[in-house]
Amino acid sequence: MVLESLASSVLRGLCRLVTGAQPRWLCDPRSLAPRIYFANHCSHLDTVVVWSTLPDALRERTRPVAARDYWGHGRLRRFVADRVFDALLIDRKSAEGAETVERQRRETLEAMTAVLDSERSLILYPEGTRGSGEAVQPFRAGLYHLAKARPAVPLVPVYLGNLARILPKGATLPVPMQGQVVFGPEIRIAIGEDRQAFLERCRLAVLELAEGRQ
Amino acid sequence: MRLFADRELVWLIGGILVFLSIATVVAAVLRSRAQSESARATVDNLVARTRAWWVMVLVFGVAIATGGIGSLVMFAIVSFLALREFMTLLPTRRADHRAMLWAFFLFLPLQYWYVATGWYGMFSLLIPVYAYLLLPSVAVLAGDTEDFLSRTSRLQWVLMICVFCVSHAPALLMLDIPGYEGQGAKLLLFLVVVTQVSDVLQYVVGKLIGRHKAVPTVSPNKTVEGYVGGGGLAVLIGTALWWATPFTPWQAALLSLVVVLAGMAGGLVMSAVKRDRQVKDFGALIPGHGGVLDRIDSLCFSAPLFFHLTRFYFT
Repeated sequence: MVLESLASSVLRGLCRLVTGAQPRWLCDPRSLAPRIYFANHCSHLDTVVVWSTLPDALRERTRPVAARDYWGHGRLRRFVADRVFDALLIDRKSAEGAETVERQRRETLEAMTAVLDSERSLILYPEGTRGSGEAVQPFRAGLYHLAKARPAVPLVPVYLGNLARILPKGATLPVPMQGQVVFGPEIRIAIGEDRQAFLERCRLAVLELAEGRQ
Repeated sequence: MRLFADRELVWLIGGILVFLSIATVVAAVLRSRAQSESARATVDNLVARTRAWWVMVLVFGVAIATGGIGSLVMFAIVSFLALREFMTLLPTRRADHRAMLWAFFLFLPLQYWYVATGWYGMFSLLIPVYAYLLLPSVAVLAGDTEDFLSRTSRLQWVLMICVFCVSHAPALLMLDIPGYEGQGAKLLLFLVVVTQVSDVLQYVVGKLIGRHKAVPTVSPNKTVEGYVGGGGLAVLIGTALWWATPFTPWQAALLSLVVVLAGMAGGLVMSAVKRDRQVKDFGALIPGHGGVLDRIDSLCFSAPLFFHLTRFYFT
């Protein structure tokens, strides 16, 4: 316990030192009800930054969704993912055959809804993989399926800025720079909303936060 | 504590505290009297600035009180924060990543290491020679030639301003001035007080009686009246502080003038940089002031000049 909270403080301190990230809130930062935070994905720093800029009470009840192939490897990363972030590790497409892929998808969805049902929030990256940091790629369907499975849970778009420059793909050490974290207003899936329309609406919600940053 | 052993240092710090207390009271009175919307905004900004000044004076006071190492660490942190703010605004490319890492994690600590060890030669050559040649060499290995000359120049410029120039302030502590040994803290205080008081007075005089815009395309708030009045008053204050320095009153006046002029140049140059990068402030770390760089833009220019003039003529 001591080790975890120490690691948590150190990680948050480092994150602040390197990214100077001060969150901007356009939704209520005190609401403890479960939420689905979804952000653009451009750096390995993304999870650390969102997680460390959440207020203590929210951070304790929020689980980042992270790729098992990255966060599940190595003792340090596993320790951080399991014990500090309390991350929900999921498998990215690696299985062969339509049937296994389908099963994997279902299991992932069940794991995520179980988290929401236990009154906790999720952080996820609907782009799937890290982009270049310049554009936000089309969202994958997982966000839609999750929103449809739990339509009462509000979704919060999160815009992460500059993180791809701080720690770009393939780099091991971060260059200290000012990063941006904007938590947007809550949105919900409409009854009978089309999958493509919903995913595009979510993507635009993130992009809108990027434009309004100055 | 050594702090209280030096009477002059106590007077300097005491004077700053009295001055700040007066400013705080004035701000409170103005706040209760502000009528119009714009007046209220100005006063709120004044209150925020005064509050931030208390924090900055406290941090600086603690740094001075802990002797050389405290000031050194404080200015190293200031350099770090300034570099972080400035890098954020640079249009860099992926290929610059390694060179930027070197700037942060090699050259910044090394520069302050040489200040600490008092190796003057390396202190003044590290960034203008070694970083100047090494950073582009590191960057070129990434193989990206797009915009290469501009990228290299920008990185070097930023490193010069944020690390090389700023480090001249704590470097005052390593000067050996005959008859003034171990009193470098007062010299540092003199520089910082004259630079910052000049900034404040230019702002205040400009707000009060400013009519003629000095350089509207660069910084619309700067007025001729503010420059002359505020700068003149700052030179007078610097002169009046001669007793805390190794200078005669005339020398103190001349050096104050250099510090004030350099500070004005620094403020203008950094304003132009902000315009160029299309931002209002370098950051938002200090309420009412903007970023660290917004507060130290004048010091970046005045510190090296003050350091070298003092070194050439008094050591």
